[in-house]
Amino acid sequence: MLRIENLHARVDGKEILKGINLEVAAGEVHAIMGPNGSGKSTLANVLCGREGYEVTSGSVSYDDQDLLALEPEERAAKGVFLSFQYPVEIPGVSNTYFLKAALDAQRRARGLEEMDAADFLRLLREKAGLLQLDPSLLSRPVNVGFSGGEKKRNEILQMAILEPRLAILDETDSGLDIDALRVVSEGVNALRSPERASIIVTHYQRLLDYIVPDHVHVLRAGQIVRSGDKSLALQLEEKGYSWIGEGEA
Amino acid sequence: MASNREIEELAQGEYEHGWETDIEADRIPKGLSADIVRIISAKKNEPEWLLEWRLKAFDHFLTLEEPDWAHVQYPKIDLQNLYYYSAPKPKKKLASLDEVDPKLLETFDKLGIPLEEQKMLSGVAVDAVFDSVSVRTTFREQLAEAGVIFCSFSDAVQEHPELVKQYLGSVVPQTDNYYAALNSAVFSDGSFVWIPKGTRCPMELSTYFRINDRETGQFERTLIVAEEGAHVSYLEGCTAPQRDENQLHAAVVELVCLDDAEIKYSTVQNWYPGDEQGKGGIYNFVTKRGACRGRRSKISWTQVETGSAITWKYPSCLLQGDESIGEFYSVALTNNFQQADTGTKMIHIGRNTRSTIISKGISAGHAHNSYRGLVKVMKGATGARNYSQCDSLLIGDRCGAHTFPYIESRNPDAQIEHEATTSKISDDQLFYCRQRGLNEEDAVSMIVNGFCKDVFNELPMEFAVEAQKLLSVSLEGAVG
Repeated sequence: MLRIENLHARVDGKEILKGINLEVAAGEVHAIMGPNGSGKSTLANVLCGREGYEVTSGSVSYDDQDLLALEPEERAAKGVFLSFQYPVEIPGVSNTYFLKAALDAQRRARGLEEMDAADFLRLLREKAGLLQLDPSLLSRPVNVGFSGGEKKRNEILQMAILEPRLAILDETDSGLDIDALRVVSEGVNALRSPERASIIVTHYQRLLDYIVPDHVHVLRAGQIVRSGDKSLALQLEEKGYSWIGEGEA
Repeated sequence: MASNREIEELAQGEYEHGWETDIEADRIPKGLSADIVRIISAKKNEPEWLLEWRLKAFDHFLTLEEPDWAHVQYPKIDLQNLYYYSAPKPKKKLASLDEVDPKLLETFDKLGIPLEEQKMLSGVAVDAVFDSVSVRTTFREQLAEAGVIFCSFSDAVQEHPELVKQYLGSVVPQTDNYYAALNSAVFSDGSFVWIPKGTRCPMELSTYFRINDRETGQFERTLIVAEEGAHVSYLEGCTAPQRDENQLHAAVVELVCLDDAEIKYSTVQNWYPGDEQGKGGIYNFVTKRGACRGRRSKISWTQVETGSAITWKYPSCLLQGDESIGEFYSVALTNNFQQADTGTKMIHIGRNTRSTIISKGISAGHAHNSYRGLVKVMKGATGARNYSQCDSLLIGDRCGAHTFPYIESRNPDAQIEHEATTSKISDDQLFYCRQRGLNEEDAVSMIVNGFCKDVFNELPMEFAVEAQKLLSVSLEGAVG
């Protein structure tokens, strides 16, 4: 589904990604771990086409298409979703309206009809219920005045409605208490299917107790220095990132 | 920085009302003089007192200088090079006075304002003003049954001279300011509304202003009187053809509210704004003022200003009656080389008077957008309260937003609050929306509409929808 080859990228003229290679097949969950500044969030943003993240070499193919050639909204319409580390506030725009507009835009791009408003509201209430999201948040402006945990749950609500094929979660666990972590994880697990894949970017292994990954990769100084299965995350938890030496890649 | 240029391009919307109607006009010679004032008055078959009133205004006008304190720049307007009266001339003789030239009906149809009552939105009566004259006022009979007078200003002068005489100039005297004095001398038509005691106007009233002829100024007056306990909601809309030269529109609006009366006055102003290079467009120099004369009376101004090369207007409230309320809700969007200097004046005179000001300014391109507002509390206005909130949103980095709040309080008991913010559409917001599948244009439009929500909530429903669309169109193309 996703094939990243020798990906190099710069931010503000500084090279952050220095040759990432990664292959994600449909049905898989990959965790990307690593110390602060290793390039985890940069990778997530590059995959979604954020401005200011300049790809200097390498390639990314998604369903055999050049992902890097697409606009951010085109990537979204093809099913690439980013759960933001810092969800953005949009004053005056209701959460419900925003999500309906996003869903309709994606459906139009895929040649589908817009969703009927009543059906949408039913779906929204159902998903919000599963995520134990306070219903009043649905009519409030997007993320305005939401607590940190509410913002993260709102990201997962958007994901549940948009049903992406490739979900990228950028430090979704940061700032979540243990109950919220469980609810969010259930939301992510609910989307697991043979057609979909996820990339979980995280600093800590505790999220991986709930979302069990098929593969774990350790990112360090812009490169994947080690890959393994779930046990790698546990080892990291125990021994810390310094356990993987510089030259070990 | 992401895409300043791209975002600015979003502002290059097409002006969809830029076409003109090919119709013969009955014009009087160019220029401004006492004789021109007399000709206009004679054309309208006006009583002597009104001619006197006009001439007094004209004499005073001659003593005034064009004001230059507003934060706008434009070459001096040559008032001698304008036509002050231009009325569409029917091709054939019309069978009755009520009959309207089909070409004019077509014009308003094309603007989305059908004047045949059977085609209209029920519940909205329209007065259609084309250049210098009112061409038709709909639903007059039904309104008359409720005792409501809604007609063109010219008809009001003929049919209800005593009411016109009583209220004309009572809120905006003909000596008030340069443009008000000019308007008072040469005004040609407009709308007149009178709601009798205890009556809730059974439908929304609206006037649609269209400038068509070249080198013609439009000078109309609107006078709305709500007697004790009366209630009315009035809307106005404006468009003009796309022309290379600038055209002048200098209107005067007067509102009078007696005890417990309420007037809600909404404007969607979409005069031709000029092209991307700043060529052409309407100069919109307007004086709007309402007097809350009665106790517990209320005047609410809501405006959405997306058009005009230059906008200079300050819909104001004189809060004379005790416990009277003044409100001002405004969205002003300027793009390309448009300039707007707009705001309000709230003059607290009576006791326990309250006022609210919510102003949202949006600038894109090279445009400049200023909020200018005065909150004045007189000595006797014990218990006066005001809340003002002025927010500016910048799109791109070549535009400007300015806020000029003036506060004068002569009563230590007054509570005055002022909040102001300036923000930009952030790259983070745009990326967030695009990551969810919205294209840049829709994202900007959504963010701008969200920014204006507090004001749109105040508009009558069908206008709110129109205003949102208008805003999107005015911003169209700002993203590449």
